[in-house]
Amino acid sequence: MAAVEATGLVKTFRSRKNTVKALDGIDLEVPEGTVLGLLGPNGAGKTTTVRVLTTLMAPDAGSARVLGHDVVKEADTVRQLVGLSGQYAAVDELLTGRENLWMFGRLYRLSSQQAKQRADELLEIFDLTDAADRILKTYSGGMRRRLDLAGSLIAHPKVLFLDEPTTGLDPRSRLDLWQIIRDRVREGVTILLTTQYLEEADELADSIAVVDHGSVIARGTADELKAKVGGERIEVVVHEPGDTTRALELLTTALAVTDPEATSLDEHSKRVTLPAPGGSAALVEVIRTLDANGIRIADIGLRRPTLDDVFLSLTGHATDNPDTGADESASAAAKGRA
Amino acid sequence: MSTDVTPTRPAEAGQQSPFARAVSDAGILAWRTLKRIPRTPDMLIYATIQPIMFVLLFAYVFGNAIPIPGFPGARAYREFLMSGIFAQTMAFAVASASVGLADDMSKGLIDRFRSLPMARSGVIAGRVIGDVVFNAFVMLVMVICGFIVGWRWHNGFGQAMAAFAILLLFAFAMLWVGALIGLSVGSPEVAASAGLIWLFPLTFLSNAFVPTPNLPSALQPVAEWNPISSIVAACRHLFGNPSPFASPDGFPAQHPVWLSLIWCAVIIGVFAPLAVRKYRRTTGH
Repeated sequence: MAAVEATGLVKTFRSRKNTVKALDGIDLEVPEGTVLGLLGPNGAGKTTTVRVLTTLMAPDAGSARVLGHDVVKEADTVRQLVGLSGQYAAVDELLTGRENLWMFGRLYRLSSQQAKQRADELLEIFDLTDAADRILKTYSGGMRRRLDLAGSLIAHPKVLFLDEPTTGLDPRSRLDLWQIIRDRVREGVTILLTTQYLEEADELADSIAVVDHGSVIARGTADELKAKVGGERIEVVVHEPGDTTRALELLTTALAVTDPEATSLDEHSKRVTLPAPGGSAALVEVIRTLDANGIRIADIGLRRPTLDDVFLSLTGHATDNPDTGADESASAAAKGRA
Repeated sequence: MSTDVTPTRPAEAGQQSPFARAVSDAGILAWRTLKRIPRTPDMLIYATIQPIMFVLLFAYVFGNAIPIPGFPGARAYREFLMSGIFAQTMAFAVASASVGLADDMSKGLIDRFRSLPMARSGVIAGRVIGDVVFNAFVMLVMVICGFIVGWRWHNGFGQAMAAFAILLLFAFAMLWVGALIGLSVGSPEVAASAGLIWLFPLTFLSNAFVPTPNLPSALQPVAEWNPISSIVAACRHLFGNPSPFASPDGFPAQHPVWLSLIWCAVIIGVFAPLAVRKYRRTTGH
């Protein structure tokens, strides 16, 4: 049985000025014990999907079941079985970490004693014991996010919904959070997570559904999606303007690139781009080849495909969201620098 | 990182009746409301200084200019005034509910609560109950302040307590109005003004600060039937303070306590279901 099943979800928001179709027939299936990554830009319908699946909002059409329970007709049962942690870290800023968890535990119908015990366990797991009795105002963004996630795990949910769990976090906190999510997966929790980062979906999800304008435009594993985009690419900027053509010829041979269409050359920025199926191994090969031939390198980097690349190859247009694409490729490029 | 070896599964919902659940959830959320108060000292100070300021302003600045028909003497106005200030302060409790809930909504907490298996009335009821307790504290401060400026009750302790009970019931009723406003506007800044703006005409068009016989005759019936006036008149009646009426034979003058209870029941009856309905349907961001 699928832990989460959604069929033909439609949700339209109307205001005086305009009508927005946030969901336009979303179909999803998350098998038990797996992680589905819902990948898409802002406004694609990711959060609305999560809101419908966690009973916060009834769909206009279509239906959804979580562990076999209808999210509209059996909302109360669904609420007992799922945990939700959102991008808007929803914890009380004026309570301490311990008080927040105790309160959520009580609202999940634990006894006061059980709630206390469970709060202690979670504070320990999430490495918040030292900060447990501090008011949340003094927490960092990463700590708040961890506490928010801890709050969603109180009742040992079988299904966890994470709405952009790492948006806005620094790289270190993001890695911590990824580890915590992986630990939940190991315990057999089914997870549906939304993200704007292909890299994040790649790290955490067993399969990915790409959403755009309220419907799923592609499904598959991260590798399948990347294959569609063409995988990683190497970008080399040479020092001397006259070296570009020679560099491209040498590297095409060195990396055994069979399809000349996959390479590109930009005289103006002295940039040569080639597919790099071997990842960082190819990077070494490129440096070795150019060095052996006396071509000086001004800059070199491994560029991972981004959400924008996926969108470009799937829809022929970039994401409508100006910020995500740009800073995602910037951070990926920064990480890929050798 | 080995976790969750001691399963603390939540009790099945079936073990608790829906009513017991609603009461327990309201209690937990009221605990939360009260926990927060000492941690926002500026709000605490503002909420107590404002009524004290009103007492002093009216008692010493306007008091001498407002005669109480049938009750000569300088002290009569202060005896008359205190019930008006009490009722006004309870009415202004609207703002704490509207701002509190709007704040929870803008921070995503309402979403979190709505995703929990809790009673749909819990969040608002917890807010309202917590605020009533807080208002009881504010009232204590005002009573002390009243005693200092020369106000007294004359019908014994029991009736005075009955008056305070009516005032808190009125705060309870008005807080549901605030809850509806807070959940409707969504931003705490808007909630602050939307919660208060309509209260100024409502309190000034009443018997709270000026005896209704002193008002233009066209406004007199409006002022005497005004829910705030009915609370004020009930308190004056129970405290044994001066309570002049333009039409002393009318229902508001004859049955101030009954009218105040009816008004509270009407306000709760209308606004509590509306607020809970709004909570169920709120769509957040």
